[in-house]
Amino acid sequence: MPTLTINGTEIEVEKGTSILQAAEMLGVEIPHFCYHGRLSVPANCRMCLVEVKGGPPKPAASCAMSCADGMEVHTDSEMVKKARKGVMEMMLINHPLDCPICDQGGECDLQDQAVAYGFDRSRYAENKRAVPNKELGPIIKTIMTRCINCTRCVRFAEEIAGVETLGQLNRGEDAEIGTFIEQAVDTELSGNLVDVCPVGALTSKPYAFKARPWELVKTQSVDVMDAVGSNIRIDSRSGEVLRILPRLHEDINEEWISDKTRYAYDGLTKRRLDRPWLRNPQTNQLEECGWPEAFSFIAEKLKDINGTEIAALAGDLCDLESMTALKDLMTGLGSPHLDCRTDGGSYNPSNRAGYLFNTTIAGIEEADAILIVGANPRYEATMVNARIRKNWLDHRTKIALIGEAVDLTYPYEHLGDGWADLEKFMKARSGFAKIFKEAQRPMIIFGAHLFTGEGGAALHAYAMEAAEKLGVIKDNWNGFNLLQTAASRVGGLDIGFVPQEKAGKGFSDILAGTRDGSIKALYLLGADEFDARSEIGWNTFVIYQGHHGDRGAAMADVILPGAAYTEKDALYVNLEGRVQEGWRAVFPPGEAKEDWKILRALSEYVLKAPLSYDNLKQLRTHIYATAPHLVHLGDIIPALWPSAAAGKGDALPAEAQIFASISKSGYYATNSVARASQIMRACEDAFVPAVPLKEAAE
Amino acid sequence: MSLQDKDRIFTNLYGFEPFSLEYAKKRGDWDKTKDLIYKGKDWIIEEMKLSGLRGRGGAGFPTGMKWSFMPKENTGKPHYLVINADESEPGTCKDREILRHDPHKLIEGALLASFAMGAHHCFIYVRGEFYDESSNLSKAIEEAREAGLLGKNAAGSGWEFDITLHRGAGAYICGEETALIESIEGKKGQPRNKPPFPAMAGLYSCPTTINNVETIAVVPTILRRGGEWFKSFGKNEKNTGTKLFCISGHVNAPCVVEESMGITMRELIDKHCGGVRGGWDNLKAVIPGGSSTPMLPKEICDHQIMDFDSLRENGSGLGTAGLIVMDKSTDVIYAIARLAHFYMHESCGQCTPCREGTGWLWRVMTRMVDGHATIEEIDMLWDVTKEIEGHTICALGDAAAWPIQGLIRHFRPEMEARILDYRKKAA
Repeated sequence: MPTLTINGTEIEVEKGTSILQAAEMLGVEIPHFCYHGRLSVPANCRMCLVEVKGGPPKPAASCAMSCADGMEVHTDSEMVKKARKGVMEMMLINHPLDCPICDQGGECDLQDQAVAYGFDRSRYAENKRAVPNKELGPIIKTIMTRCINCTRCVRFAEEIAGVETLGQLNRGEDAEIGTFIEQAVDTELSGNLVDVCPVGALTSKPYAFKARPWELVKTQSVDVMDAVGSNIRIDSRSGEVLRILPRLHEDINEEWISDKTRYAYDGLTKRRLDRPWLRNPQTNQLEECGWPEAFSFIAEKLKDINGTEIAALAGDLCDLESMTALKDLMTGLGSPHLDCRTDGGSYNPSNRAGYLFNTTIAGIEEADAILIVGANPRYEATMVNARIRKNWLDHRTKIALIGEAVDLTYPYEHLGDGWADLEKFMKARSGFAKIFKEAQRPMIIFGAHLFTGEGGAALHAYAMEAAEKLGVIKDNWNGFNLLQTAASRVGGLDIGFVPQEKAGKGFSDILAGTRDGSIKALYLLGADEFDARSEIGWNTFVIYQGHHGDRGAAMADVILPGAAYTEKDALYVNLEGRVQEGWRAVFPPGEAKEDWKILRALSEYVLKAPLSYDNLKQLRTHIYATAPHLVHLGDIIPALWPSAAAGKGDALPAEAQIFASISKSGYYATNSVARASQIMRACEDAFVPAVPLKEAAE
Repeated sequence: MSLQDKDRIFTNLYGFEPFSLEYAKKRGDWDKTKDLIYKGKDWIIEEMKLSGLRGRGGAGFPTGMKWSFMPKENTGKPHYLVINADESEPGTCKDREILRHDPHKLIEGALLASFAMGAHHCFIYVRGEFYDESSNLSKAIEEAREAGLLGKNAAGSGWEFDITLHRGAGAYICGEETALIESIEGKKGQPRNKPPFPAMAGLYSCPTTINNVETIAVVPTILRRGGEWFKSFGKNEKNTGTKLFCISGHVNAPCVVEESMGITMRELIDKHCGGVRGGWDNLKAVIPGGSSTPMLPKEICDHQIMDFDSLRENGSGLGTAGLIVMDKSTDVIYAIARLAHFYMHESCGQCTPCREGTGWLWRVMTRMVDGHATIEEIDMLWDVTKEIEGHTICALGDAAAWPIQGLIRHFRPEMEARILDYRKKAA
């Protein structure tokens, strides 16, 4: 443990700590550009120079210099000040003076540090260099003349995103960042390049010239594009979301987010349901109406329908509050037919460890062997994949995949693509199987969609048994993971938005019921991820509550406009079982309301005793009473592994093949917000190889 | 007293004899190499320390000490010797003479040095432009391999040793030792940060020592004749041995010559190069150690001793001992502007002060050549060189700054006169 002094203050640090990190611990600011805590250290900007007494008589790059015992570091000596001024001047001589129209303005490291450490004027009388811009795709706008060649973007792409497309070309003054052969940076993490760029060279294309950062209202929230629950910051101005940025959460998304999380926001203003609609029985056309009209209409209809003939489905983007309210409403109506697994999941919901990502995202870093079965984490849960890659980068952990062989940004062994291959793997004694069985902290990741439909429950039991046999369950280590893909799913399962008692029907039975007439009324809470038009019986009375005019709304008899995730204070539970709170950034458009309030209002019309809560606080108290583990906001309450794995697994369907649910081609359209987003469409055009249209039969 | 023929190490410097193994042996190379190895690693390193040999590549770091930095105990990683034959410093042409006329000296030295530092493999990185040189060297390596001087049992010593010849692609920066390592590894030649120094983590993250061609080529002779013998040349303890000097520019007979360290510049030029064009009094300035060392005006050259420390005292350096002699007809401002262009062109572009600063220097220097500048800009130029010097990852920043500093230090009146003259004409 080296002890050193920085500006006269003594500090003891762990071996391998750089001077810059040690200074940060002491609260001593050392300016820097190229250094980024999560990337490798090239020490090429030279801004972080400090004086180290006892060393060579020249300043040292503090980001790359490890602390040593007895070092005497000065960050404010004349030598350091002069060095910083010099480097700052060099940074600026070829940097354009376009700060007034630069989107980085106000949050630009170069600008800030020029104020703090630079000269007050320029001595450079020559012509400035100009660098041609590069076309990097629909997300990143480049103004390469502003580039200071810190290579953060190159390192991010290579290290975190795992694509080697960016690099520094040419030499000396002509050095520029580029892709050599011009191409888009094809990664689902490309939006982060904008964040890591310390200057305005890489900026957000959709956000270009939209706003100045100081005009924006910043709201902390949680993402719902996948089940990861990435922490985000929503920047809005006058009721419009203008951009979404990552918020630091070491255990979930670190400081990155996926492109869908970041750029699907423009879908929030398109195809919105902004007023109630109901279907005129005479014309069979949807007509605008007021809230009381819609509620009365529903009450009128439900009067004649028995409680057991009503069912409810909750979609992928639902928050805990609205699902709880809907569940209570259905209970009040006497319906046991509820399901939040609109992907058709039929696994046993009573076993919490069976549907969680038990290892946790941060726990992935500790795993020493990883088996992925039927999942494509790169597109189903991007930040989970980034963590697996991080583990691989740090430890070269052995990884294997059963399922479709796709590019996951790290090497893996492909063991096959069917359940039979899992069986084979369990019996194998060499190769990856040996590594996996001997590993101290092995983890296995199942795609949640594997356990859907008729055989889903049996397969799920089989998977849990397999996990136990493979020894992934140990003291203080649970290596069984289900990779959920919907933000609402774990929350819905946690509060029991599943078939009630024996009589309750699950997702596919409910839909079958609408077709055979046993279900006469169906309440869709943002449920869009199935083919409503062909699955729902035509005589069913369908109530759709949600924010986008998508698949579900197309079938509705009544449409109740709800709020999107940016428009409500709400709780979500991510795939690890972590409860998180998002806050309202903007108001819902038009007459749309927060979802739980709609259900509370509706209960006045359809229930004898309306729902018992009148405000969010009461509602949440009610949630905590039903599911006490959810009270620990921000934390994970680990689920207990059932002592004897849930039942015996039945015989496997021998031929069954394993596919991931979301692949690259579907990635940009996984929910109603993303489907409404033009930016996502542009990404799809740029990154997803076009499927050639079949020629018309001639 | 200058060096006598019997004390010359490079006896085929001018290629009067073939470079082949047969003739090399006649010249004394590969003579009982095995016995030298049998004396042990410690003996070799001690002898090198005793000889006082300082690195011939420019920085002048004591060679014996450098070798002793290699880990003694087995770290589980292979050790490497890398020989820097990327001789690109303008004004320097000593290594190429060794490569094309005396390559066996280098190969034998590589074996001895590698043995001393526990390396079984040596990489020789030859400048891309050196076509003949690398083909001669590769022929010599092939000869040595066939003769059993390289291989499983190199020279019968029981030490396994082989050499890989790696040709560069013509980038000056690849002569910087860590950029050279990157280049061998197949990456873009950009210098690494130090620490870690190559002795800890060099080529493929393994302990590596990088030496100049001349440094390695003198090793066999030093070991044969003894460190004491080598040390007997030179004016003091810290500047010993013989050295190859390359003299170019305005002399009557430019040449590469082996001389004793500590010879005076005047003797060197007068004796070996037939004097300065138009006589000593026609001398204007000399760049004493390759283009990166600051130039010295005639007043200093009159009494200048050619060794590391004496040149440093006068604000310059021995560098690679490549003297560029300039007589009174020279436009020194233009000469330095040309060097500024060279450094701008060869900057790797990795770190800020050098990438941006070298271009700035060249542009201001270009104006200085015409005099299209202000007097204050001379001070600014000085300041800019100081902003680059010592703030970069490698020494290329320093190398770009020093020539201009030398110019301003000694020829400021000429620069000012040029500016005033330009103004007069413009008015």
